[in-house]
Amino acid sequence: MTAVAELRGASRVYQMGSTEVRALDHVDLVFQQGEYAAIMGASGSGKSTMLNILGCLDRPTAGQYLLGGRDVSGLDDDELSRERNERLGFVFQAYNLIPHLTVLENIEVPMEYAEVAHAVARERATSLAVRMGLGDRLHHRPTELSGGQQQRVAIARSLANDPMVLLADEPTGNLDSKTGAEILGLLDELNDAGRTLIVVTHDPLVAARAHRTVTMHDGKIARVELRAGNAPAGGGPA
Amino acid sequence: MNSRRMIALAWKSLWLHRLRSLLTVLGIVFGVSSVVAMLAIGEGASQEAQAQIRRLGSRNILLASIKPPTDEDAGQQGSRVSRYGLLRKDLRGILASVPDIARAVPRRDMPVEARVGGRKVTTKLMGTEAAYAEVANLRMQAGRFLTAAEGHARKPVCVLGDGIARKLYRNVNPVGQELRAGSHYYRVIGLLASRGEGTGGTAGAGGESDMAIFVPIETMRERNSDVAVTRSSGSFTREHVELHRITVEAANGDEKTISRVAAALRSFIDLRHKKKGDVRITVPQELIRQARESKRIFTIVLAMIAAISLLVGGIGIMNIMLATVVERTREIGVRRAMGARRGHIVRQFLAETVLLAAFGGVIGLGLGMAIPAVVTYFGWMQTVVTPFSLVLAFGISALVGVVFGLYPAARAADLDPVEALRRE
Ligand SMILES: Nc1ncnc2c1ncn2[C@@H]1O[C@H](COP(=O)(O)OP(=O)(O)O)[C@@H](O)[C@H]1O
Ligand SMILES: [Mg+2]
Repeated sequence: MTAVAELRGASRVYQMGSTEVRALDHVDLVFQQGEYAAIMGASGSGKSTMLNILGCLDRPTAGQYLLGGRDVSGLDDDELSRERNERLGFVFQAYNLIPHLTVLENIEVPMEYAEVAHAVARERATSLAVRMGLGDRLHHRPTELSGGQQQRVAIARSLANDPMVLLADEPTGNLDSKTGAEILGLLDELNDAGRTLIVVTHDPLVAARAHRTVTMHDGKIARVELRAGNAPAGGGPA
Repeated sequence: MNSRRMIALAWKSLWLHRLRSLLTVLGIVFGVSSVVAMLAIGEGASQEAQAQIRRLGSRNILLASIKPPTDEDAGQQGSRVSRYGLLRKDLRGILASVPDIARAVPRRDMPVEARVGGRKVTTKLMGTEAAYAEVANLRMQAGRFLTAAEGHARKPVCVLGDGIARKLYRNVNPVGQELRAGSHYYRVIGLLASRGEGTGGTAGAGGESDMAIFVPIETMRERNSDVAVTRSSGSFTREHVELHRITVEAANGDEKTISRVAAALRSFIDLRHKKKGDVRITVPQELIRQARESKRIFTIVLAMIAAISLLVGGIGIMNIMLATVVERTREIGVRRAMGARRGHIVRQFLAETVLLAAFGGVIGLGLGMAIPAVVTYFGWMQTVVTPFSLVLAFGISALVGVVFGLYPAARAADLDPVEALRRE
């Protein structure tokens, strides 16, 4: 069993004038290769803060964050950008596609920053789009797509550079239950194929599919639940 | 991300807001087009001026008789003869006492009425010597110029300017024909080539030779007195002028010799004419220097106008780019999450600004070349668009793009990714 992402006594403190907000408070947490983890908790409990640190968009103010065994908490902005580009994929609640780019162009964005040759990027973007069931929407713009379709594009984009970990913040939050279930089905497929998933959610359906549910409260881990019968491919979580 | 992809991306987002892009670059368009147009007009004017001055002869110093202002009351009385200007003994004195002179050629002008058949033209008879053709840089179209022998023999011969020949003879070759000027007859022995004054048709710089009839100065002296009578609105003006012009050619065309000769001539005239102010001394080489100097000043003024309009244009672009950054904050956050480094964001926005400015630059070049073309087409002025001005104007517009693009681009790159993603 290998750990892909690990928080060691990680804290994130926001300084609001004279008061401190401990958005993340000495958290120790390990995510295993191939794991499907759900992160739950009330609003303001620190879910997004944790996801931002896991996604190298933010740094812990204290403690360590190890990504693929390497401490990244001291990296500079360019190095963090490289980590995001090469090892992390993001799926957002609001899809966050770039409005003036087509489906294919949106999927190509991470590959452009990885200096992938355009022809190669185009081919990979096409195959990802087809895999997400968007074969007939390749040259459409986001505004011409439904919410479910947009989220499929976002998932395809997150997979462009074959990331080690896929991070999702409320991926079904803007979708109706039927479309949400479809998206969750796609995530299941990705996890079945070995992709590590960390999903922030309020949705009990997500928790039902995950191997493990971490519940946050006031910046601390309040509860960790393992799902019986749910285990990462190739072995159970540690 | 390679630069071609970067530019394609920039083009795409500019095209998305075509009208806004166009309005944004108007400042640059006017800045660049005014640089190109004004430089073209300035260059044309300066070339025209220099050509005119060169026609006067850069080795020459021109002395001309002018009616002094103090003598004006004499004209009103109608009876008195006003006596002023260069004298024959001035010519002899100059030749004898001023050093470094190759030659000095006199000219005396007389208003006459020239007749051929039934055609009458009021013009000027110019009495001069054989060397005049060379010092005044006159070229023959047919026949030959006056000779010294004809002068000594006081022959009744003449050489016609191109303009007067056309008026008197239309399409007939005048060489060998007779003409009457005043009360005397002359045989035409030569026809001058047209001086073809600049497009503006300003008759400066010896353009007068086109309408002149040249005769040997000795012949003129024998046939006419030094007093010329002109009648204007009922009253007569009598003027006693021995010579209207002396063209002095220096032994050498270098600046030192010219200024030495000019200084000697000035003191000679001061001495002989007691500062009456009836002789004007023109040094074409000094005029060339003045023309260069005024061109330099003109260029500096233009550069300042251009700099101001480009500055305004640049600020306009910066303003729009700052608004664009705010508008696209979410996109910036997404790109950063996907792995864009700060440098990528800087380059993306810089590419847009530079492309925008260069686009304005190209439109400006087009407009800037069209304006002088129109000016020349309607014959208002001679204009010269130099390749240098095009390169300069375009280079400046691209530079404006970089300079005024850097700040918005830096603002975009410095956005915190988490904040940017949260922004609506
Ligand atoms: N940029 C910020 N500045 C100050 N406080 C913040 C900032 N971001 C988050 N917080 C605070 O940190 C805590 C955790 O926020 P967050 O991680 O967004 O919670 P969740 O995603 O679980 O709703 C909250 O109390 C929130 O107000
Ligand atoms: Mg949140």
